[in-house]
Amino acid sequence: MILELKSIYKEYQQGKLVVPVLKHVDFSMEEGEYTAIMGPSGSGKTTLMNIIGCLDKATSGEFYMDGQDVNKCSENEMSDLRLRKLGFVFQSFHLLPKQTALENVEMPLNYAGVPRKARKEIAFRALERVGLAERVDFKPNQLSGGQMQRVAIARAMVNDPKILLADEPTGALDTKSSQQVMDLFQKLNEEGVTILMITHDPEIAQYAGRTVLIRDGELMEKGGSDGEKA
Amino acid sequence: MLENIRLAFQGIWSHKMRSFLTMLGIIIGIASIISIVSTIKGTSEQIKEQLIGAGNNAVDVLLYDGSAEYDASWGMTTAALPQITEEQKDKILRLDNVENATFFYGRGYSENIYYMDQSMQGGKVYGVDENYLDTCGYVIQAGRGFVRADYENYRKVVLLDEEAAGSLFKDEMPLGKTIEIMGEPFVVVGIYTRAETFQPIINNYEEYYSYYGDAGAGTLLLPSSDWPIIYKYDEAENAIVRASTTEAMTKVGDRAAKILNEAIPEESTQIKYKANNNLKTVEDQQKLSESTNGQLLWIASISLLVGGIGVMNIMLVSVTERTSEIGLKKAIGARKNRILFQFLTEAAVLTSLGGVAGVISGIVMANVISRMADIPIAISIPAIIASVGFSMVIGIVFGLLPSFKAANLNPIDALRRD
Ligand SMILES: Nc1ncnc2c1ncn2[C@@H]1O[C@H](COP(=O)(O)OP(=O)(O)OP(=O)(O)O)[C@@H](O)[C@H]1O
Ligand SMILES: [Mg+2]
Repeated sequence: MILELKSIYKEYQQGKLVVPVLKHVDFSMEEGEYTAIMGPSGSGKTTLMNIIGCLDKATSGEFYMDGQDVNKCSENEMSDLRLRKLGFVFQSFHLLPKQTALENVEMPLNYAGVPRKARKEIAFRALERVGLAERVDFKPNQLSGGQMQRVAIARAMVNDPKILLADEPTGALDTKSSQQVMDLFQKLNEEGVTILMITHDPEIAQYAGRTVLIRDGELMEKGGSDGEKA
Repeated sequence: MLENIRLAFQGIWSHKMRSFLTMLGIIIGIASIISIVSTIKGTSEQIKEQLIGAGNNAVDVLLYDGSAEYDASWGMTTAALPQITEEQKDKILRLDNVENATFFYGRGYSENIYYMDQSMQGGKVYGVDENYLDTCGYVIQAGRGFVRADYENYRKVVLLDEEAAGSLFKDEMPLGKTIEIMGEPFVVVGIYTRAETFQPIINNYEEYYSYYGDAGAGTLLLPSSDWPIIYKYDEAENAIVRASTTEAMTKVGDRAAKILNEAIPEESTQIKYKANNNLKTVEDQQKLSESTNGQLLWIASISLLVGGIGVMNIMLVSVTERTSEIGLKKAIGARKNRILFQFLTEAAVLTSLGGVAGVISGIVMANVISRMADIPIAISIPAIIASVGFSMVIGIVFGLLPSFKAANLNPIDALRRD
């Protein structure tokens, strides 16, 4: 089990109100799995992904990643987990606008302490793999949305993480670019990367081997008896 | 670290205008400090050079009548004048830190000096020993200096300085010509001038003004043995003592004055030898100019402080603007300290650049001031290094708050904003 969450409870303080967002969620993934998370807006998808992504801590519950008890991790250890084991892809790409594609991809290698020359080499190969070898010196504003998302995927994968977390990766893309992104995910998954992807689009969810639904902070497997209510 | 510095330069370059405005306070502060320090140092060195004579270290030990220098031209006193004995001279020459000493008679204002029908009014005439030229830092420019035989045989020979030569001889070569002093004929044997290695040797204020002011009619030197021939017997002598170091001048001067005063009877309080303490005068002058400018330095430091607050202000804005960049960096695995150092480095690089720009504009400003106000400047390397270092410290100090703010940003909040 690469991810194991038991009875995850998360609440947020909204003014004087305490709002529970995740209500005792149990969720786990095997290594190499490809799972889509679906659910209405505000249901807690991003909140769950933030906890899995070690960006946030649950109010209560247990969380193990690759056998490691994440609740016991310090802030720096969480940073290192994000650096070594996780890759992130966001709906809005989050590329640094002043830096070239290559420099954007290089960034995680820099934090991992890879020497400058090796960094260029590895980043270049990562861009090559997403089909952007000719665009390495382009700034984000010189790239299309689909190309920007591919740069972001190269950046997420450059440290060879075991898990790729994607929050609506095709949310801002047209059909053709979405298709390319999904093809890439498919390829990565075939290479053994565990993928967890949030999406609103049932067609996109089709690419995943498994789909889970979140509604009002509760999680259920799709394909079960009451799974189609969403 | 290097990576951070590279990134910092990149960030500064990509916001040229904003970076420049951020640095402006630092630039102005450092520029004022550098120009003030340069003028202080320049003025200070000029005063020292003028009064001490750039390394000559000669101290006048002169006979005073009350508070004024005794001058036989005016025949002011009725008191018995002291005579300097050979033992006293020996004693002074053997003092520690004394390189040379000379004893001489003098008239500060002399009439009755002629060459043919050309007369010279108000020149100085000194009856000097063989040490005079060396002690005062003069050299013979033409002809010869005095030799032992001049003294032993009471030869009527005279040395002229360039001004005296100029005022007595219009187009003629003075060497070998006979001039008349107090009705006695003297042969010009040499022209002396200040030694090349020295700047104008100014041994006291009076000489300072006579040198820079309306140049006097010049100076004539006679062998001291000739003095009684044209003036009186038993006149009082003055002394000039050359110390081995500038620092020793005060001590050497005071000791020599003490030795000379030994011969003066106790009851005479009016007549006394005093050392012209040039070093002290210099130090007083320097202190005065330094304290005035020290206040200016405070004002400049306040402008640096304001500059630092400006840096903090703009960095805080920049942290807010770059929230999403910071959030992303944290999400992809940057530790808190990496973000902290990134921003601190940026602040330090920014203010150091401001410091360098300030130093450059300060030097330019100092040169402009120097041209316009005719003040000498001396660029101080330690001040430059301190300025740039201080700018860097300002960046780090005032960058701390924004950097902590950046490092403590919650990546989720940071990423949520688009
Ligand atoms: N930092 C926070 N403080 C307070 N409430 C929050 C915070 N983050 C999220 N919430 C609340 O938690 C709930 C779930 O939010 P979340 O972002 O997980 O939804 P989501 O399923 O990702 O929705 P969407 O599909 O629109 O992205 C929302 O009601 C939101 O208002
Ligand atoms: Mg969401």
